[in-house]
Amino acid sequence: MTDVLAIADHRDGELRDVSFELATAGRALADETGGDVHLAVISGPVDDFADGLALDGVDVVHTVEYGDEFNHDVYVQAISQLYETIEPQYVLVPNSVNGLDYAPAVAARLDLPIVTDVVDLDVDGETLIATREMYGGKVETTTELDAGTALATIREGEWPAAEGAGESSIDAFDAEIDEAAIGSTVTGFEEVAGGDVDISEADLLVSIGRGIEEEENLDLIRDLADALDATLSSSRPIVDAGWLPANRQVGQSGKVVTPEVYIAIGISGAVQHVAGMKGADTIVAINTDPNAPIMDIADYAIHDDLFDVVPALIEQFS
Amino acid sequence: MKVLVTVAEVATVDDEFEIDGTEIAGRYLGADLNEWDDYAVEEAVQLQEADIADEVVTVTIGPEEAEQTIRQALAKGADRAIRVWDDAFEGVDLLDVRAKAEILRAVVEAEDPDLILTGVQTGDDSWMATGVSLAESIDFQWAAVVNHLEHDFDDGVAAVRRELEGGVEELTEVELPAVLTIQTGINEPRYASLRGIRQAQRKELEAKSLDDVGLDDGVVEGSLELTAMYEPEAESEARVWEGSAEETAGELAELLREKGVTA
Ligand SMILES: Cc1cc2nc3c(=O)[nH]c(=O)nc-3n(C[C@H](O)[C@H](O)[C@H](O)COP(=O)(O)OP(=O)(O)OC[C@H]3O[C@@H](n4cnc5c(N)ncnc54)[C@H](O)[C@@H]3O)c2cc1C
Repeated sequence: MTDVLAIADHRDGELRDVSFELATAGRALADETGGDVHLAVISGPVDDFADGLALDGVDVVHTVEYGDEFNHDVYVQAISQLYETIEPQYVLVPNSVNGLDYAPAVAARLDLPIVTDVVDLDVDGETLIATREMYGGKVETTTELDAGTALATIREGEWPAAEGAGESSIDAFDAEIDEAAIGSTVTGFEEVAGGDVDISEADLLVSIGRGIEEEENLDLIRDLADALDATLSSSRPIVDAGWLPANRQVGQSGKVVTPEVYIAIGISGAVQHVAGMKGADTIVAINTDPNAPIMDIADYAIHDDLFDVVPALIEQFS
Repeated sequence: MKVLVTVAEVATVDDEFEIDGTEIAGRYLGADLNEWDDYAVEEAVQLQEADIADEVVTVTIGPEEAEQTIRQALAKGADRAIRVWDDAFEGVDLLDVRAKAEILRAVVEAEDPDLILTGVQTGDDSWMATGVSLAESIDFQWAAVVNHLEHDFDDGVAAVRRELEGGVEELTEVELPAVLTIQTGINEPRYASLRGIRQAQRKELEAKSLDDVGLDDGVVEGSLELTAMYEPEAESEARVWEGSAEETAGELAELLREKGVTA
């Protein structure tokens, strides 16, 4: 009961980056519990995946061959059986969209406490100490789980990716999947957010968030984009409201952008937004809230009302 | 079909705030309907308007003060509401996912819905886990992060789209009864009309204790404890431009010109 079991994430035949981050997080945790790191990969070309997951610090890679794509019922059954076999102390799952589709069910089935979207983990005896954010990143908290065993979902991008081949043994785990208990079927995938403009190609992005308040105020931002000859992008609420098309959304569920300059106007900097723009060379934030999380990654900041600053900026370029 | 929607009142925080122990001091806090639940309520009300749902019931774990938020959901068209609260919750600063799922399970057993809609997450503690946890504990099917729901339910199946990362959507068919966790953007939540607000005052809002739903106090005792809250240390030192809007805009213009913006 000192081992750590982590579950890799993949899509469309490729391991997702978070799988390698999980190996690092798992190793760090297992160093504290004194146990082994078990990394499991379920469905898809598992044998190919296993080669990629035999990383430094990973003791065993478990492969569960079943179907091509993610199905949460298969994951819940396979992980529960792995858990019964390995009897780990902690289970780590990516806080990805798919992770969130099976981890709570696994925890409920195994009667494990669950702590989600963790950005740091520590162990003190039998207590797992998880760092997580609240209120959209305005505060950080520590949560202690005094349960002996627990399941934690880890935020993508918080641990460095493990690299370097390890001495991992590879174990083809023979999970017994009860097909009658599979209640959902994936019927396809679709790429959304195509269209006229590709914001991921732009060098200069003027990006607007909920601070704009009303659709008609968007004209002001369009004027700015025109004046700077920049491309217009946005955070999610603007797209949700139908004010801009989906191909303008920056973030985890939108596009990843890497412009030279990203001007974030009235955007708080929620983690799912930052996931899409943190690779910009220079980030400028215009926000009335000096404590908005966007300030943590901004290179330059203006703590002021966008309705004052933007017209003044347009003035500078006309 | 009967639709149950989980509705949470979440705490909102002012721009400037102070932390008091493991909480934000009350004077900096406001309360609002959880953004994700607003979309879940709207989806349920649209099902009702399409004559697919016969009844839309909301369920909230929250104190009496939450009733103003629950009335918002009623004003938008939900038929009636259930609120579960108990003295045992006082002083619990973090209700864990298991406790929430257990309490909701008790309500589901009494209500027997065909479809349960929850938000993907709450805007304050953002667990992102209650809906799927509930589904497992009541033996319903589920789908997380749903941004489209077909309204015909052919053969007792909900056809949904799940929003994955990077602009990819997964098309999935889920057997009913099911729990769907609803993502923003699935619809356009309505504002409550004046008439709706008036009608909401007369709709049934039933308050239940743990005992009423067949649970004892022990359910709130999770193994989780919030032990610290602090403002995260800024990771990068942003250069803050001070002054009037003209001055700060001037600084930004200069930076942009240095970067070659000539327009
Ligand atoms: C599974 C999942 C996936 C998601 N994917 C994405 C994604 O891809 N992209 C994305 O962006 N979000 C995504 N989100 C949503 C994300 O969590 C946030 O809700 C969203 O990014 C907030 O957008 P915002 O910053 O525009 O709005 P808010 O958080 O409301 O911030 C508005 C900001 O504007 C400031 N402001 C207000 N008025 C003014 C003014 N007059 N002048 C200057 N500043 C002002 C405020 O201080 C505040 O900081 C996702 C969420 C989930 C759960």
